[in-house]
Amino acid sequence: MSEAARTTILARLAAALGRDPASERRRKEEIAARLAVPTPNLIPARAQVSGEERIELFLRMARAVQTDVERLAHLSDVATATTRFLRFHNLPQRLVAVPDPLLDRAGFDRQPLMRLRRGTANVEDAVGLTIAEAGVAETGTLVLMSSPLRPTLVAFLPETLIVVLPIEDVVGAYEEAWQRIRARGGPSRSVNFITGPSRTGDIGQQITLGAHGPKRLLVLLVERLDRT
Amino acid sequence: MQPTSVRFDHQARRALADAELQRALSAIRTGWQPARARAAAALPEFDALRDLARDLKDHVLAHLDLYLEAFEAAATAVGARVHWARDAAEAREIVLGLCEAYGARSVTKSKSMVAEEIGLAEALEGRGISRVETDLGEYIIQLAHEPPSHLIGPAVHFTKERIAKLFAEHHGGPELTQAEALVAEARRVLRQKYFEAEVGITGANFLVAETGSVITVTNEGNAELTQGLPRHHIVVTGIEKLVPTMEDAFTFLRILARSATGQEFSAYTTVITGPKRAEDLDGPETLDIVLVDNGRSALHAGRFREILRCIRCGACMNHCPVYLAIGGHAYGWTYVGPMGAVLTPQFVGLEQAWKLPEASTFCGRCEEVCPVRIPLPRLMRFWREEAWRRRLPPAVQRSGLRIWAFLATRPRLYRLAARLGSGILAILSRGRGRLRWLPGASGWTAARDFPAPEGGTFFSRYQRGRR
Repeated sequence: MSEAARTTILARLAAALGRDPASERRRKEEIAARLAVPTPNLIPARAQVSGEERIELFLRMARAVQTDVERLAHLSDVATATTRFLRFHNLPQRLVAVPDPLLDRAGFDRQPLMRLRRGTANVEDAVGLTIAEAGVAETGTLVLMSSPLRPTLVAFLPETLIVVLPIEDVVGAYEEAWQRIRARGGPSRSVNFITGPSRTGDIGQQITLGAHGPKRLLVLLVERLDRT
Repeated sequence: MQPTSVRFDHQARRALADAELQRALSAIRTGWQPARARAAAALPEFDALRDLARDLKDHVLAHLDLYLEAFEAAATAVGARVHWARDAAEAREIVLGLCEAYGARSVTKSKSMVAEEIGLAEALEGRGISRVETDLGEYIIQLAHEPPSHLIGPAVHFTKERIAKLFAEHHGGPELTQAEALVAEARRVLRQKYFEAEVGITGANFLVAETGSVITVTNEGNAELTQGLPRHHIVVTGIEKLVPTMEDAFTFLRILARSATGQEFSAYTTVITGPKRAEDLDGPETLDIVLVDNGRSALHAGRFREILRCIRCGACMNHCPVYLAIGGHAYGWTYVGPMGAVLTPQFVGLEQAWKLPEASTFCGRCEEVCPVRIPLPRLMRFWREEAWRRRLPPAVQRSGLRIWAFLATRPRLYRLAARLGSGILAILSRGRGRLRWLPGASGWTAARDFPAPEGGTFFSRYQRGRR
């Protein structure tokens, strides 16, 4: 059934476009060439910033959509910042963190009261900790990329999400983030662009946070990954 | 869903008299409308991006066959299965067949207009498969057994109070008054459903030909849980959703949320490329993508091709004086507002839906705000012409127009008739400058006075002015 449907649909489209057999090969080559060399279209001037200006833009845009952002000097400060945040929101010191070995150096060994589980999230997990592939200054957006070390559900099931973002991974525009993904061999199963906590306007057009995904989102912007 | 567009005038009248609906609709004027204007003003490149998006869609539509083939090849290469459906019945059968093959007893579903269009909900229930809508708005209308009334806010016609009543009825417990409490309750109830479902069904906002990826855009994060928790993910989407590359997708994403809700970017834009990979800890084991034609290739072949540029943002309805007066249900089918007035005649037949393109003042606001610059008034006019040709409007309307056409093509006669007409109306108004009642136009005068003509016809004044 599907094969016949496929043939019919493609034939209908081709008929509507009045294909000329002579130019058909050139057309195919053109489309193939366009797909082979993806080129950015117009990138807003706002996104074309660098250095501290870019970081400032990221902070401003992220905070405008209710993302909390904290700047940390070292990766090993992540655990203390996490503890502080959970205490502030009166949440238990318990979280699920992605298995990425980068988090081995996040300082949790110095937080004996923190109950840390590594893996993907399940329904009981109230707090999740993951690592962003990039941050996009243009709209204060986080880019998460699924991998065996960074399962996706950690960013969606818990009510509170904490994301580690190395400051060197903050880019100006979405296209730059995607360029990094291409450089790493293309998209993995799931690439999430996350801009603020989950929200809905479905009840009386009033914005309410925490519809299905996280209600709270904290970004820990790490200056140095301490790769020594 | 059984179309009721044929009863449009009756439904519109009822909507106008519905005080609660009017209250809910008025929120759009103070909410999404100014929000879009602010977002557009905050991005200097907004209009240039709209031009680009229009051109990109036109390019894709001109080579849609090749882009579909490229998408299919790329999606298959990453382990997805691509299915093709000529019409709604075929699409339903494909999805039902997959659900049965996967042993699905319950499915979760995030918002998909194509699923609404093909009547998937009823089809699933017909086979005894339970379905839970996970978009909060869709969940609300599922509980109320109602169709969506807006592209991005399916329950926009519900006030908070009505939702509170509905939740109390279905979930038990007291009637809640705070939006936060209502959202928290829905979150709790729906959370369990995600884990029970064997299949998650989503739509797609865009399909990327280069990588075979499916892009979903939500604010709630429900699409991610809908496709991320069950063992099987099925995407139901239209063949016009193609974009060549992610770079092209970003151009559309920059205008989509701004046009829809006035957000800079929606909370969640997710790019799905194939099912779970070998070492992944989560994700569905299978990914099936159903590409639905259902009349799109017919639109593509004729004068209506430009409507296929539509990215389903809802801006046209948010700015339409007719939609804002009567809401979505009056339109009588899945697609509503100006874009619905163009699409519905194609899907349910012009005989059923010819009144929808009539219900426009052609004020042009829809075209003005459309992110991909679809000439909606022109497309509605095409349907009017077609309806006229098929003799669908009633005899009174047709002969009225015929008389007008007879006069309009005979300038001398027209001027004479205009002079006579305005003279008679001026006399009838007895110098009050307005008319409370007008023969044959009681629909107008029932709610307001008709201004009486003064100081001669337009043409006579124009001639005087020139001399």
